[in-house]
Amino acid sequence: MARKITIDPVTRIEGHLRIDCEVDNGKVTNAWSSGQMWRGIEIILKGRDPRDAWAYAQRICGVCTTVHAMASVRAVEDALKLEIPLNAQYIRNMIVGAHGIHDHMVHFYQLCALDWVDIVSATTADPQATAALGQKLSNWKGNSVQEIKAVQDRLKKFIGSGQLGLFASGYWGHPAMKLTPEVNLLAATHYLQALDYQRRINTVVAILGSKTPHIQNLAVGGVTNPINPDSPSNLTVEKLFHIKTLIDEVGDFINQAMLTDVAAIGAYYADWTKYGAGVLNYLSVPDMPMDSKGTVFALPGGYIPGGDITKFAPIASHKEKVLYDSIKESIKHSWYNGNWDRSPYEEDTIPNYTGYDYDKKYSWVKAPTFMGQPAQVGPLPHVVAMYLAGHAVTKKYVDATLANVSALAGATVGIDALHSTIGRIAARVVRCAVLHDTMNVQWQALIDNIGKGDFDTFNGPVFPRGEQRGTGFHEAPRGTLSHWIVIENGKIKNYQAVVPSTWNAGPRNGEDALGPYEASLVGNPVADAELPLEVLRTIHSFDPCLACAIHLVDGKKTPISKVKVL
Amino acid sequence: MGEDGVKTLVLGIGNLLIGDEGVGCKAVEELSRRYTLPAAVECVDGGTAGFELLSMIDSKEHLILIDALRNDRPPGTVVMVEDEHVPRAFLARTTPHQLGICDVLAAAQLCDAMPKRLTLYGIEPKQLDVGIGLSPEVEAGMEKTIGAVVEQLRHFGYEVKRNGIKSEH
Repeated sequence: MARKITIDPVTRIEGHLRIDCEVDNGKVTNAWSSGQMWRGIEIILKGRDPRDAWAYAQRICGVCTTVHAMASVRAVEDALKLEIPLNAQYIRNMIVGAHGIHDHMVHFYQLCALDWVDIVSATTADPQATAALGQKLSNWKGNSVQEIKAVQDRLKKFIGSGQLGLFASGYWGHPAMKLTPEVNLLAATHYLQALDYQRRINTVVAILGSKTPHIQNLAVGGVTNPINPDSPSNLTVEKLFHIKTLIDEVGDFINQAMLTDVAAIGAYYADWTKYGAGVLNYLSVPDMPMDSKGTVFALPGGYIPGGDITKFAPIASHKEKVLYDSIKESIKHSWYNGNWDRSPYEEDTIPNYTGYDYDKKYSWVKAPTFMGQPAQVGPLPHVVAMYLAGHAVTKKYVDATLANVSALAGATVGIDALHSTIGRIAARVVRCAVLHDTMNVQWQALIDNIGKGDFDTFNGPVFPRGEQRGTGFHEAPRGTLSHWIVIENGKIKNYQAVVPSTWNAGPRNGEDALGPYEASLVGNPVADAELPLEVLRTIHSFDPCLACAIHLVDGKKTPISKVKVL
Repeated sequence: MGEDGVKTLVLGIGNLLIGDEGVGCKAVEELSRRYTLPAAVECVDGGTAGFELLSMIDSKEHLILIDALRNDRPPGTVVMVEDEHVPRAFLARTTPHQLGICDVLAAAQLCDAMPKRLTLYGIEPKQLDVGIGLSPEVEAGMEKTIGAVVEQLRHFGYEVKRNGIKSEH
């Protein structure tokens, strides 16, 4: 007998995602993904100056500020056919890389690892054996007995004080938890170390962006960082070398801790390579432009229909017609007036809440399609596309990670294993390592270009009369992001953001095909319907961030024990 | 690791795009505009950020948070919550982005980066619809909060100078 379970909210941070599943005989048989809040950025931006749009757009979400800013300036630049100085491209690329590394690291350790790592079990581990295990896996300097023992003592104290805090929502002792106490402790040690390294890489965003959160240095036409190697108030050689030091320190952690952790988790949870594949149409766009016109990119992208790697179609630039012609959004199952499939340029946003109805409308999120089909976006589609495009760095990290998992699991794990819940997590860590490699390339390119005496960072935009349309694409940490702008007489006439979590968390489309979250849950095991950890594992593997797919407001009212009314 | 000798951080959090939800951001913006603060006091608009805030609160002596707080009181009511009561308030999910800031505070605790003193000013929101700008009630609550923060900073011995912009304090 099938029973329905509802999980609301699913996201550990930011935003409200509701997942409904039908569970029968310990398996999910049907699923619905619903964004419970409405995002109104489109309405706020109408009538404003296109040069200001990015500053509003980066307020959509607290986790993805820079990515919306980036997509927004690119949309206006595309509409104006504006070229961007090389220095500005490299500086933007470094911000994109540093932000992406920060985001992937925080997701892997702080937001997703606890679905697989049992913190309470870690307190029972033998620190000596844990250190020996760590030293067998890599040369990471943070795997010493002293360090591991100190972390364990801290965890014991924290848990003993009854203030689980961060860990309050964990499923400790759940039968689906499979790591040994030692692996749990090793991962917990890196969990704490990651808090330090995510901070270091975010310092790069702060130095280049002038401020974080909410970078200040972007402008339609480039960046506002004046380059003068000698003036202390500008981007100096000293600041650039400080950035390089930060990049190098973080690289050791990614290579020696994060990549081995994901291999260990992958090996212990090899059964999770069978679940969570879902929608196998993979979409990603190239990113990190290396020329002023945006025709050459450091990271490739492309489209793979139905998981068939022989049909991989590379997407060489953001100007490819297929991108503009193939992206549509459907509102058949979303709480907006009407029932249409439209290009974002032609959309309107008229909210019309009609209550949750499984068969009709049940989400504030629209359902995007690519060539009429739902598509999965994110690090997994991006890594597979880069791999198929022959990107050497991606190939190196994918092959090394699969070899590590195979050695630990004692069985050959091939690239097909990536089409799964655990594969999605592994791909994110691989992408983090790829971004890190690319940061070095961007840093060197900037240094070399400044060395040639080129200090340009900005080309001023000019807004002609009449209507212009443009799209800003960005391969963000959660996947392909696009901002679509229609400008009329220098003012914003229409604005739509098709964000990664819209692609993945979208409801059924106009043809009633399931969205990626929904499809990935069907067939997922559920040992205990009261504690649906397995459902969370698959949903969390997408790194849901519904604040940008929709906005958030919490209605819960709980009395606070001791307040002073002023 | 408090950088540049900053001892007290005034951190406004919220979403500027959702009406009264942005009151914390607006309050720090006004505070920095109207007053000259000593180098030991830093005012930051944290928006809806999460872990990015960790390095900012790290090892500060005093963290003053300003935020919209739903607590079933008349719109614009300002409440002050102190020290150990603050994390509990956040854990009880009373503000829209509490999970972000709660995670950050808990992480700060885990890394021994928790400020010694913590004060939260919570302002009861009236309207949380999409749009920029505060309701009159919450605007009044913001004024009251700015006054209270200035008073608190002065109480701790900081010199807080008015900038000659119209202000009641």
